[in-house]
Amino acid sequence: MPVTVKTFATSGEAAAALSSDRGARYLGGGTLVMRALNEGDIAISTIVRASDHALMRIDAAGARVTIGAGVTFAKIIAERDLAFLHAPARSIGGPAVRNMGTVGGNLFASSPYGDFTVALLALDATVAVQSGLGAREVGIEEFLQSRERQAGLVLSISCQKPASADAFRYRKITRIKPKGGSVITLAAHLPSMAPTQLRAKSAERALEGRPLDATTISAAAAAATEGTSPTDNALASAWYRREIVGVHLRRLLSGQE
Amino acid sequence: MSKSALQFLHNGREVAIFVDGGTSLLVTLRELIGDMTPKFGCDQGGCGACSVLIDGELHLACLTLAETVSGRAVETLDGLKDGPNLHPLQRAFADNFAAQCGYCTPGMLMAAKALLDRNPSPTRADVVEAISGNICRCTGYEPIINAVLGAAAGGRTRA
Repeated sequence: MPVTVKTFATSGEAAAALSSDRGARYLGGGTLVMRALNEGDIAISTIVRASDHALMRIDAAGARVTIGAGVTFAKIIAERDLAFLHAPARSIGGPAVRNMGTVGGNLFASSPYGDFTVALLALDATVAVQSGLGAREVGIEEFLQSRERQAGLVLSISCQKPASADAFRYRKITRIKPKGGSVITLAAHLPSMAPTQLRAKSAERALEGRPLDATTISAAAAAATEGTSPTDNALASAWYRREIVGVHLRRLLSGQE
Repeated sequence: MSKSALQFLHNGREVAIFVDGGTSLLVTLRELIGDMTPKFGCDQGGCGACSVLIDGELHLACLTLAETVSGRAVETLDGLKDGPNLHPLQRAFADNFAAQCGYCTPGMLMAAKALLDRNPSPTRADVVEAISGNICRCTGYEPIINAVLGAAAGGRTRA
């Protein structure tokens, strides 16, 4: 079904258009919105775009990095100062999807997608959102809990660079193509274990302030699935998902993979 | 809903058409321009059969909003051959029996071209990664990987 396409020069105008029209969706790389349109999603009546270069900007020189919502995964992989995000960016799709998919769009990708968001959750990122009321920064956990109700446009995502290369480890666990998701920074994050990405806070508590020895790792592995509600699907059963989390967390923390 | 005017380079030739809002590049190429080389597979970005190059970068035509290629260069398999002469990649696919039903082949070739344009001497792992978004359900991937490596080796010999 044809829809109306509106392209704006500024993110502010695009945010206003999104806020004023319930049938409007922002199109970044197209991997979510075009897919919905191809499926015949009649809830979408207007596609909103913005040609604002600020959405494509990466500021990674300092200790805190800010990534424009329109930055693609391929651009992240090409940015030397974002080495800590290369593994999560590489774990997404194939080359074409990485050339198209954006950091901002990934925040709205539901399970089993949204792996990059899992990394951002582990990094305790903040999300800059422009709405009719102006721009504001929201913690990523709060953002994910309310993303379906978010009106406006995501402008950028910011996070602190990990203190060392070893302080942030990312593994994506998959039965199809072992490319790398659970994430550790003293935190484990569990996609496919709940309706939205969530932090494994019990595992975090088991790790925080303790030496990374066998006892601590066992305690974290045992606590990793607390508070999760995985579901069965064609890729894996809920039982399997629950079982593997502790196994892979143990391997990751032990440096076995 | 009104139509939008759209101009872009299709395999080096300028095209100017009108598209309905929300039309994908895949539908634009196949139904409005008549280039049937990008294949209609999953329409969800999962199979890679519709892979094309946009300004030299690999993209999925099914997930590309037609309006976003305004003023840009789109390359499809149809632009690969030179008259009756096959492109070295096409020749290598034929020589290595890298096509069986052939439905994935246009996407595979464009993914391979994107790789070789950027990296003329890829490793086997580079080739595997380059075609990791393209699904083949009958040939198997080995002949395809061998064909891309063969084309790369041939290119080095020719140079």
